[in-house]
Amino acid sequence: MRGTRRLLDALAILLAVGTVFPIYWMVLAAVKPAGEIQSLQQRPWTLAPSWDSFHRVLAVDSFGRYFLNSLLVALVVVVLSGLCAFLGAVALTRFRFRMRTTVLVLFLIAQMVPIEALTIPLFFLVRDLGTQVPGVGLNTLGSLMLVHTAFTLPFAIWMLRGFVAAIPEELDEAAQLDGAGRFTVLWRILFPLVAPGLAATSVFSFITAWNDFLFARTFIISATDRQTLPMALLVFFKPDENDWGAIMAASTLMTVPVLIFFLLVRRRLVAGLGGAVKD
Amino acid sequence: MTTALPAVRTRPRRRVRTPLWLLLPAAVVLGTLFVYPMWQLGLLSVLDFRQAQVSGGQPTRFVGLANYTQLLGDAQFWSVLGATVFFAAACVLATLAVGAALAVLLTRISKVPRLLLSLAAMAAWAVPAVSGSTVWMFLFDTDLGLVNQTLGVTGLNWMYDRYTAFALVGAVVVWHSFPFVMITLYAGIEAIPRSVLEAAAIDGASAWRTFWRIMVPVLRPLLAIVVIQSIIWDFKVFTQIYVMTRGGGIAGQNLTLNVWAYQQAFAAGEYGLGAAIGVVMMVILLVVTLLYLRTLRRSGEPL
Repeated sequence: MRGTRRLLDALAILLAVGTVFPIYWMVLAAVKPAGEIQSLQQRPWTLAPSWDSFHRVLAVDSFGRYFLNSLLVALVVVVLSGLCAFLGAVALTRFRFRMRTTVLVLFLIAQMVPIEALTIPLFFLVRDLGTQVPGVGLNTLGSLMLVHTAFTLPFAIWMLRGFVAAIPEELDEAAQLDGAGRFTVLWRILFPLVAPGLAATSVFSFITAWNDFLFARTFIISATDRQTLPMALLVFFKPDENDWGAIMAASTLMTVPVLIFFLLVRRRLVAGLGGAVKD
Repeated sequence: MTTALPAVRTRPRRRVRTPLWLLLPAAVVLGTLFVYPMWQLGLLSVLDFRQAQVSGGQPTRFVGLANYTQLLGDAQFWSVLGATVFFAAACVLATLAVGAALAVLLTRISKVPRLLLSLAAMAAWAVPAVSGSTVWMFLFDTDLGLVNQTLGVTGLNWMYDRYTAFALVGAVVVWHSFPFVMITLYAGIEAIPRSVLEAAAIDGASAWRTFWRIMVPVLRPLLAIVVIQSIIWDFKVFTQIYVMTRGGGIAGQNLTLNVWAYQQAFAAGEYGLGAAIGVVMMVILLVVTLLYLRTLRRSGEPL
């Protein structure tokens, strides 16, 4: 019995190493000097780490700019989507109105819609919107913020519902008896209590917006200074010779923030996910 | 899950007032950027809408189901559809097998290996699709890739062959998505009362038998969610295919419906046709979703 457990432990560690290996390889390649990258005998370590690739990516190809663009889009999406989702989740858990179930089912179906299929009509919508409202047309970061707010919303509402439902209704009632208005109940009572749930939801919204490749590729056509990371990364793919050092450095820059974010809120994430799935 | 429901049912207060002001922001956002585009997608699919119409050179014409008949008569459509279904099915099966096996493994190991494995899975989960794709491309690069160098093969380009290319993309998809299955199922298994599993162990049930006879029936609702979620994700994989096969592979051998629709619209300027492909995809996934909802209702989950 003890032997089996040892064996399984070893197997698990082996699998863990295998799972993170690509990430290790990415970071390693990012700090390898150019000569080692071009080598026909890749070594799983490097004795002469260098910042050359990062320097090339950040200084020459202004990756810092794309990084900030990505960050800006993701943060705005987190705030907008979180706000709309919070209000929506309160409506769906605290009130029993007609069509409530219908609305819930619609949100569930909305999660299943292949948003990629909507790229074509959204392209035209964004193009036309741009002529009416400045800042949300093609080649703007605003267009990306808008579509990702919409796409993250159904899941965010679905997930937050569980968190709002967990707060005893007696709490709002007591506050109302004490003379608190609807607005006060919402912001002073419910909002702080749902904050942990909002944090978990934010991770999903952030990652969706941060990782997006399709819409960035579709909407940002000619304005290179408004590109986001995933698109900018493809610049290093050349038909003849890929600049792997730069590609890996750029990939690392793109991965590290999400990785840190993800691991920090790990526990909360699992709890939130469990809630969303079970509910 | 179910405990809150009876209490709420007996208190149907605030029934009449629809909290419109709370739902309004979400409704506006989703109405403009979700519902309206869906309607537009349907509309585009019955129009003759190409580059000429976009630039205003030719008038837009209603062509009825012409785009759909063209699609159904196109051999490439059936080939792409077949590839999409096969690719998605393979990815779903692999993801579930790996995820479930590791979830069971997690329950039978010591604390430190368990922490390591779940952290590793979390890390893989967090990696953006684009950077995940690029790393695997580097690992499998013809000359500079670790895999070819370790295997000692020279000049093997994994992307030249249709099936090795699909297999490689599939591996990346599974690497990205098994953590979700693993962690969800692990949470489910942990929620099964200890006594049930201990009783099975005392009766001498093997791990294999315990999994199929106890965990699977108990976790059926959770499994349904995980399966459907995986089908939906893997059916519409875009980034990995687009990045790794450079937009669909040599002569479009690695196209799936999603990528094909995109290419028809934005590369070939056939927006109407692309929209029709999008509608087909949407219908297929809608059927899957309805099946999902039915499963949920059958298992007695309240909404």
